[in-house]
Amino acid sequence: MADLTTDFLGIKSPNPFWLASAPPTDKEYNVRRAFEAGWGGVVWKTLGAEGPPVVNVNGPRYGVIHGADRRVLGLNNIELITDRDLETNLEEITRVKKDWPDRALIVSIMVPCEEAAWKDILPRVEATGADGIELNFGCPHGMSERGMGSAVGQVPEYIEMVTRWCKQYYSKPVIVKLTPNITDIRKPAEAARKGGADAVSLINTINSIVSVDLDTMSPHPSIDGKGTHGGYCGPAVKPIALSMVSEIARAPATHGMPISGIGGVTTWRDAAEFITMGCGNVQVCTAAMTYGFKVVQEMIAGLSRWMDEKGHESIADFMGAAVPNTTDWQYLNLNYIAKAKIDQDACISCGRCYAACEDTSHQAIAMSEDRTFSVIDEECVACNLCVEVCPVENCISMVPMEAGTTDPRTGKVVQDDYANWTTHPNNPGAVAAE
Amino acid sequence: MTEALRLDGIRAGRLGAEDLARNFDDLHAPLTGHEALIAADRCYFCHDAPCVTACPTDIDIPMFIRQIATGMEDAAAKTIFDQNILGGMCARVCPTETLCEEVCVREVAEGKPVEIGRLQRFATDAMMAEGEHPYTRAAETGKSVAVVGAGPAGLACAHRLAMHGHSVTLYDARPKAGGLNEYGIAAYKTVDGYAQAEVDWLMQIGGISLKTGRTLGDSLTLAALRDDYDAVFLGIGLGGVGALGLEGEGMTGAENAVDFIATLRQTADLTQLPVGRHVVVIGGGMTAVDAAVQSKLLGAETVTIAYRRDQDRMPASRYEQDLAATHGVRLMFGVVPAALRGEGQLREVELSYVDGDMKPTGETVTLRADQLFRAIGQKLEAVEGLSLDSGKIAVDTEGKTSLDGVWAGGDCAAGGEDLTVTAVAEGRDAAEAIHRALST
Ligand SMILES: Cc1cc2nc3c(=O)[nH]c(=O)nc-3n(C[C@H](O)[C@H](O)[C@H](O)COP(=O)(O)OP(=O)(O)OC[C@H]3O[C@@H](n4cnc5c(N)ncnc54)[C@H](O)[C@@H]3O)c2cc1C
Ligand SMILES: Cc1cc2nc3c(=O)[nH]c(=O)nc-3n(C[C@H](O)[C@H](O)[C@H](O)COP(=O)(O)O)c2cc1C
Ligand code: SF4
Repeated sequence: MADLTTDFLGIKSPNPFWLASAPPTDKEYNVRRAFEAGWGGVVWKTLGAEGPPVVNVNGPRYGVIHGADRRVLGLNNIELITDRDLETNLEEITRVKKDWPDRALIVSIMVPCEEAAWKDILPRVEATGADGIELNFGCPHGMSERGMGSAVGQVPEYIEMVTRWCKQYYSKPVIVKLTPNITDIRKPAEAARKGGADAVSLINTINSIVSVDLDTMSPHPSIDGKGTHGGYCGPAVKPIALSMVSEIARAPATHGMPISGIGGVTTWRDAAEFITMGCGNVQVCTAAMTYGFKVVQEMIAGLSRWMDEKGHESIADFMGAAVPNTTDWQYLNLNYIAKAKIDQDACISCGRCYAACEDTSHQAIAMSEDRTFSVIDEECVACNLCVEVCPVENCISMVPMEAGTTDPRTGKVVQDDYANWTTHPNNPGAVAAE
Repeated sequence: MTEALRLDGIRAGRLGAEDLARNFDDLHAPLTGHEALIAADRCYFCHDAPCVTACPTDIDIPMFIRQIATGMEDAAAKTIFDQNILGGMCARVCPTETLCEEVCVREVAEGKPVEIGRLQRFATDAMMAEGEHPYTRAAETGKSVAVVGAGPAGLACAHRLAMHGHSVTLYDARPKAGGLNEYGIAAYKTVDGYAQAEVDWLMQIGGISLKTGRTLGDSLTLAALRDDYDAVFLGIGLGGVGALGLEGEGMTGAENAVDFIATLRQTADLTQLPVGRHVVVIGGGMTAVDAAVQSKLLGAETVTIAYRRDQDRMPASRYEQDLAATHGVRLMFGVVPAALRGEGQLREVELSYVDGDMKPTGETVTLRADQLFRAIGQKLEAVEGLSLDSGKIAVDTEGKTSLDGVWAGGDCAAGGEDLTVTAVAEGRDAAEAIHRALST
């Protein structure tokens, strides 16, 4: 049996599945039940400064993009940080940590960008016995209008400054949670590292308006006829999160920095993918909010089985394994040539490949009277569109051409060696191949 | 109640009102909005989709399903009605298992087609429930057309002609319009008076004047119609039923299946409708299945369909056969009726087994039968002056008959299967041909 335990910044947890800072982790009752269900750790719902807590709207907070069977594909929220009293949260954190010493318990914090505010709250958090803190520089709505959340996360200098304060006034690991609402995710990550952060976690939610009510002309969710942008999360954001994680994992300035992967983790497979992209663990919010705490059992069982099948004994065995294979476009091998091939036995003759290729691609699929679809190798550029629109999995495949054979589209012989854009004759800036 | 079930002879009230209401409820419940979305999501939006080719009226099926999927069932209904103004009835009665759904790529791939029929019903019901009729008449052309027969063929023809601005007089021998939609289709396929509601909805186009109780060959003659109107369309269906040619066919209990069904369809209180304890149906088509199943649903104890050929040649689809079987109807193949017995009232039917060439094998079997239904096919009641083609009115590809100015379509015309949807297609296409002829 694979060993799922993780050691993230010296914080141990029985599995890499943590609940992200959000409603599932907003109070003792939830967190206890989450641990009972099997979650390896939680990041407590973001705490604000001492004083009257923030208030949430008293109308709907969520909007969703649904699949046909109302499967939740993307979730949008306009919730703020915890609206419960700071002292209550701290007491609960202390109790829970005491009862669950083997689980990771991280405290998420968002206070104004002033040293005093951080100096004030950090010792109180330290006193709870929690394993570390996460700095919420991510929330894109509400708090950002007050100069916090993503308003900080979008200014690398602030990140560096606040991180430094935290390292100064707090002794345990500091994780910086990044906002994706920025052009280049590497910059805030680099700033966090410079400020002394132990890790980054990403992504927080993405600015979003999920829909407009065409009767009331209000964005959804609508509060008395008006709406505002919220933060988007759930399965829909996974590709964006995965890409941002990869950039931090690859960039020389941040390479090797521990990453907690967040954004659309819904199944064991998503988690495995984030880990291959360099994450030491993952955090989950929407999947738990959609299906309840029990989903973690699927994630644990699935990851464990997959690791067994692949012979991975620990998370470290495959952590970052996909990073070296993630590169820039200019380094992709232009001598690699493939052709689409349709398995006639699997084909159900829907003609979607034909419509897609004929109307929007390269007119490389022929259709006969009797609805037999076949690829015209002379035209196929191997774009893969037909593969993706075909409703039958593995019916169309991309078959690489053997070196030495001739590509009927270009009339050129397929080369054995690797050649990329940097040396291509059409590239005005090409450097001569060695 | 079991007592009433075990009384010999032909009797009403074998089942109580509640049982009958349940038995004659919708065969397929309508889809709810959410179910429709899920069903619609299964459609692959095929290129040059096989289902469209299989539909005799060429409804753009992937398009209307996509319109349902995007929450626009009214747009979907319009897509359907553009091709098939009786799309609501067809959604209920089409043997989709041998038409669109048979060739659905998901039927081929998984044995589970997209539920085209039910989706079609979902869309058309939605628009009809709102009372919207999405067509308006073109300006009056001053031309007049007589349409004889207000079944699916005649209705489709009349609607399309009226749309083009011609003024239509629609004649029918029966007291109500609808043809077999009203008098023939199984009750559980078209519940809650749907056939009349559909006729009323269709007539909203205007420009159609319905005259019931008018029979061609009786109070109407083709010659007079040709004189009085610019064109004539015949959609008179198949009125005649063949006899078995056996002694005793005049006995009480030996009836035409279509008459039994017509009576059933016109009976508001089914507790008053008599049915035999033991019923034998002779034939193998949809009519045989409908007569058998509905006898069973009325409370007959044993119902047997006796078909003369083997199962593969049975005209009723395998789906229809299964429907009969699951209702407890016994299907017998390779048997023909050889003798009817009884004194005044039928008591027994003797069946003779036959081989592939219809030759008796010498073996016979006798079944108890209080009631016997002939469902051996309907035939045309000839119309004077028209050339025939295998017993039906001969027509060209546009539905034109051998007489100038006379078109025909539906069951009475040669070619095409005897189906509601085929009748609609032929009526519609003849209307277009008439319109072209009147416009030149
Ligand atoms: C019992 C039964 C069940 C069926 N079930 C199905 C089914 O489930 N699905 C399916 O697709 N098809 C079914 N069919 C077939 C379908 O009903 C017919 O194919 C369709 O109704 C043909 O339409 P039509 O307009 O040609 O004729 P009809 O529907 O027969 O209409 C003809 C009309 O003409 C009138 N008429 C006849 N003679 C004259 C005259 N001399 N003068 C004036 N008016 C006249 C009649 O009163 C009638 O209203 C069934 C048929 C039967 C008998
Ligand atoms: C209702 C809601 C409230 C959230 N509140 C917080 C928060 O207080 N602090 C925080 O750091 N992230 C917050 N998030 C962001 C999540 O922690 C997480 O980063 C994001 O939802 C992406 O993960 P997911 O795709 O698994 O949901 C919130 C998300 C949701 C849906
Ligand atoms: S890979 Fe692209 S170009 Fe080739 S057949 Fe498929 S869709 Fe056409």
